[in-house]
Amino acid sequence: MSQNSIMPGFRLTIGFTVVYLSLVVLIPLSTLVFQSFRLSWDDYLHIITNKRVLSSFYVSFSTAIVAALVASFFGFIVAWVLVRYEFFGKRFFHALIDFPFALPTAVAGIVLATIFQPSGFLGKLLIDTIGVQVAFKPLGIVMALIFISIPFIVRTVEPVLLEFEASMEEAGASLGATRLQVFNRIIFPNVFPALLTGFALAFARGVGEYGSVIFIAGNLPYVSEIVPLLIVTKLEQFDIEGATAIALTMLVISFLLLFVINTLQYWVRKRSGQL
Amino acid sequence: MSILLSNISKQFGAFSALSNINLEIPEGELVALLGPSGCGKTTLLRIIAGLEQADKGRVLLSGVDKTTQNVSKRGIGFVFQHYALFRHMTVFENVAFGLRVKPRRERLDNETITKKVHALLELVQLDWLHDRYPDQLSGGQRQRIALARALAVEPSVLLLDEPFGALDASVRKDLRQWLRNLHHELNVTSIFVTHDQEEAMEVASQVVVLNHGRIEQQGTPSDIYDHPANAFVSRFIGQTNIFDMAEQDADWLQIAGLLPTQKESKIAHVRPHDIIIEKTSANQDAPATLKDWQHLGALIRLELVKNGSNANTPSVFAEMPNEQFKQLALSRGDKVALQIRQAHWFQ
Repeated sequence: MSQNSIMPGFRLTIGFTVVYLSLVVLIPLSTLVFQSFRLSWDDYLHIITNKRVLSSFYVSFSTAIVAALVASFFGFIVAWVLVRYEFFGKRFFHALIDFPFALPTAVAGIVLATIFQPSGFLGKLLIDTIGVQVAFKPLGIVMALIFISIPFIVRTVEPVLLEFEASMEEAGASLGATRLQVFNRIIFPNVFPALLTGFALAFARGVGEYGSVIFIAGNLPYVSEIVPLLIVTKLEQFDIEGATAIALTMLVISFLLLFVINTLQYWVRKRSGQL
Repeated sequence: MSILLSNISKQFGAFSALSNINLEIPEGELVALLGPSGCGKTTLLRIIAGLEQADKGRVLLSGVDKTTQNVSKRGIGFVFQHYALFRHMTVFENVAFGLRVKPRRERLDNETITKKVHALLELVQLDWLHDRYPDQLSGGQRQRIALARALAVEPSVLLLDEPFGALDASVRKDLRQWLRNLHHELNVTSIFVTHDQEEAMEVASQVVVLNHGRIEQQGTPSDIYDHPANAFVSRFIGQTNIFDMAEQDADWLQIAGLLPTQKESKIAHVRPHDIIIEKTSANQDAPATLKDWQHLGALIRLELVKNGSNANTPSVFAEMPNEQFKQLALSRGDKVALQIRQAHWFQ
């Protein structure tokens, strides 16, 4: 650490960072790990291999992944439109994007459940026209997760698109590339790392999301019951061991998945000369 | 490929970037579009490339009207001011890009592409950098890679936007020479934009001087230097002393040998090297005093003040070879006589 850099204070800030991460992240999480030590390995296995628990894991992770993928696709389009074009009401849309961040998730959940339930405005329309029921199904969970995770994608992709040098596109075109080739080979590879970050954020949020999901999900065991709900249910029944075991498993899987995404991101950046 | 522009006009809002540009560039020339910033030279280059559409007028390449054709179909090579290299691709992939995006039936096989890219990288003397990324290169290297990338598609016209603008002086000097040689070798019609008159004179075989969206003069560098078409060109190309007959002492100018050739000529432009300096003895009634001088290498630039003038009168600049200056053995404050050999007269 150079002593004559313009902004000193490495020791102070690293000290703060360590204390902060310990108090806010590491200590609570390690408590969870220590709690789980009360369980024997057999008890632990018994809890998490329960069929209802397994299917809730399946529901939680599959809906989170699908929602993050869909949100990535649509979020990218929204970011593209907000960056590339000038149109009436752009600032209004800008403000609208952040809305799911600010809205209490339970409110979002209730609203979504109201309009997507079979008798609701959109729910009825969807059942009548294409015969798809959204509410009280995993599809409803995906719907809610898309709603809350789109801002993550938009806000991570937007700055990268803003900074993107238009002359790179022009260079591509002058070399004979079609519009599709310019997008596929020049624009997208440059935005992809940011999109991956957005995806990871959306996914992480989706896995842990509770408030907006429980109203629209219907919470049918084996069908649309998510892990966070199962944990709360267990806690309400004073089954602390059960809740701990599930929570720990969720923590480990989430950690592994985020690790995989980050590795992928590192690899993409390295391959594209950004590292 | 020859280039013909007829009646090109372009507006940006209320600002007229180009008005009625007519320009013909024969095949194989290396042309400089020269002008101060904001004169429309880059816009003109982008219109030739198809990156910008003219409001009026037509662009003909080899006699074929390409006015509305998309940039990707024009068969031009464009080198951007800030290179616009693809950051996420290696140097090799950057150069190969134009070959890889060709439609399948025109595309070369991989082996041929590899061979060709390496040949191009050797042409720009950077084959050893083929697996680097653009961010790892210096400005001069990026510029040459950008050129190799543009050349890969075998363009019939090469367009360069301020190709040396972002480089430091010594690299710029080398690259100018190198571009000239490369042009001799490939003989592809090339146009480059610059605001640096020295660069235009040094590199180009034809110079087009632009100002306020109009062409002021087109010709060989020596044409433009020796026979400037108007006061703007004369001022813009090289150093010039400007004498306005209405404002300055006509007698003084006559003593210096400056006589209007025609009645309507009012302003004289005199190149510094067209002024001959002679030392006079201190008590003589001399026309000027040596105020200062600067060393320009082979030449010395002398700053002279007209005797009896007030402080607002601009200094007169003269240039002479180093050797000659030493022989005169002048020092600051010496009185000198001056002789103007020739001048360009404008109204």
